[in-house]
Amino acid sequence: MRHNKYAKPVRLREQGEGGQGGASRLTTSAMIASLAAPGQRTKPAPFGAALSALAETRPEIVGLTADLGKYTDLHIFAKAHPDRFYQMGMSEQLLMCTAAGMAREGFMPFATTYAVFAARRAYDFICLAIAEENLNVKIVCAQPGLTTGYGPSHQATEDIAIFRGTPNLTIVDPCDALDIEQAVPAIAAHDGPVYMRLLRGNVPLVLDEYDYKFELGKAKLLRDGNDVLIVSSGLMTMRALETAEKLQADRIDVGVLHVPTIKPLDAATIIREASRSGRMVVVAENHTIMGGLGEAVAGLLLRNGVAPAFRQIALPDEFLDAGALPTLHDRYGISTPAMARSIKGWLAS
Amino acid sequence: MTQLSNEPSLAERAYRIRRHALRMGEVQGQGYIAQALGIADVLAVAYFHAMRYRPEDPEWEGRDRFLLSIGHYAIALYAALIEAGIVPEDELETYGSDDSRLPMSGMASYTPGMEISGGSLGQGLALSVGYALALKRKKSDAFVYCLFSDGECGEGAVWEGASGAGHWKLDNLIGIVDYNNQQADGPSSEVTGLEALADRFTAFGWFTQRVDGNDIDAVVRAFDAARNSHEQKPRVIICDTKMAKGVPFLEERERNHFLRVEPDEWQKALAVLDAGRVS
Repeated sequence: MRHNKYAKPVRLREQGEGGQGGASRLTTSAMIASLAAPGQRTKPAPFGAALSALAETRPEIVGLTADLGKYTDLHIFAKAHPDRFYQMGMSEQLLMCTAAGMAREGFMPFATTYAVFAARRAYDFICLAIAEENLNVKIVCAQPGLTTGYGPSHQATEDIAIFRGTPNLTIVDPCDALDIEQAVPAIAAHDGPVYMRLLRGNVPLVLDEYDYKFELGKAKLLRDGNDVLIVSSGLMTMRALETAEKLQADRIDVGVLHVPTIKPLDAATIIREASRSGRMVVVAENHTIMGGLGEAVAGLLLRNGVAPAFRQIALPDEFLDAGALPTLHDRYGISTPAMARSIKGWLAS
Repeated sequence: MTQLSNEPSLAERAYRIRRHALRMGEVQGQGYIAQALGIADVLAVAYFHAMRYRPEDPEWEGRDRFLLSIGHYAIALYAALIEAGIVPEDELETYGSDDSRLPMSGMASYTPGMEISGGSLGQGLALSVGYALALKRKKSDAFVYCLFSDGECGEGAVWEGASGAGHWKLDNLIGIVDYNNQQADGPSSEVTGLEALADRFTAFGWFTQRVDGNDIDAVVRAFDAARNSHEQKPRVIICDTKMAKGVPFLEERERNHFLRVEPDEWQKALAVLDAGRVS
């Protein structure tokens, strides 16, 4: 939706359903606000804590940021290992090149910024200085997809589409605090460049209630279901699990396959689960419908002769609105109620 | 490298670098030969006066790192690497051929002695910051040399690198700017308005020198000053060079970023170069 700035100003009023926040009047949340719903269990700064702990036994780890230490939880690492922290200033191209140079010399840099700045401003530097050289740089980026209401300048809705086209680069989109803290040592154990989407601050904790462990390159079935299989990554796996619960009341049996590694895809598991007859496959992602997990799964299935009923829950191919996240998630169909509505509608048609 | 009395002079090294480059140009019938001839004196000083390395072990940990940001100058660096004994001389016959270790644009994974993949201009100096910080972490006394170009200074990332190097006081980083005043669309001073270039580096916290890059003695003094300065600053040497230096009929040709050389002119150029050899 694009606004006409010369139209009559909107009058403040009680807003409708209010999405997940439930507040009657929603305002744009602070840039670093938590994604957690009220009352949801959380863990503080799982990335910063996990990296600081890992660095105790991995002296080659260094942390770099481009003026977003606090906003990517790297400040935790900086405090624990001040001599291994490099503040590169507001210079994302320098950030990526410095990381590349240090990797060349045997260090393992974790470079943090926002996903928009990595994917858009520093892309050439990530592509050629890091990925083409297959260097051991871990790029960890906050504000993936639609996780801020600040508008397109901060909404990295196409980061995965950009990075999927980059050879050598592993792409990770973790769901919650548990996923993040387990992903950190896993991506460090992988010798090569990684792009990881990050939830920061007080990060929801969900997956500890499931028999789950993060394994790089593996998709995990979190719950089984006979009517629908949601294939999801990142925070959308949280929403998928909530949606599955919600749809149970309507006697719709929903399975959830969590795909935290988007590249390389766990082809065998996805093909196996999508091959089960009679299940609609719904791919859910916090990303534009263009070029993300949905298209990756669709291509994989088509190439392998698997053709289930297939739907996508994703952000539209548009520059998105500014506003409160719950409003926006509802508006663009990635809130739990919106997902449930979409799936019910597809099953009924 | 210490100069032994029976070793060739730097002028002789520069002559041979030019010769290797012309022979590679002849193989392909093209190449950035004007740049190679122009920068040969600087490379001779870098590889045969200033830098520490082991030809038989190009990845020796104690080596000075030479980062070629301007990937299209590969023909010049290959010539220097051949002269330095890092790449065998007969390999120049493969320059630019399929599966050669000497592709037209310099890439780290192809060529011994090539530290980085240049070519996406603007990356080299920023990469140097990473190398220099890493060497400091390792308490290495090696230097990082980065060769980039005047036109390249139009790239914003050069200035992110310049600013970062100044901020971190990277006194183990020596930038070399080839100021031949010729970029793709014309004279660099017109295309990107490069003036006050030295002042810009100084303002970013660099120890700055500007020399005639084809005056070997002046280049030697500049490299010595850069290496021996006690200032805790990154160093930059802006080298004014003459395109196609050493082959007068090419020097006089209409100035062009990609100098056109006719098939019969390569041998002529070699003969002119040989005739003008300084012994």
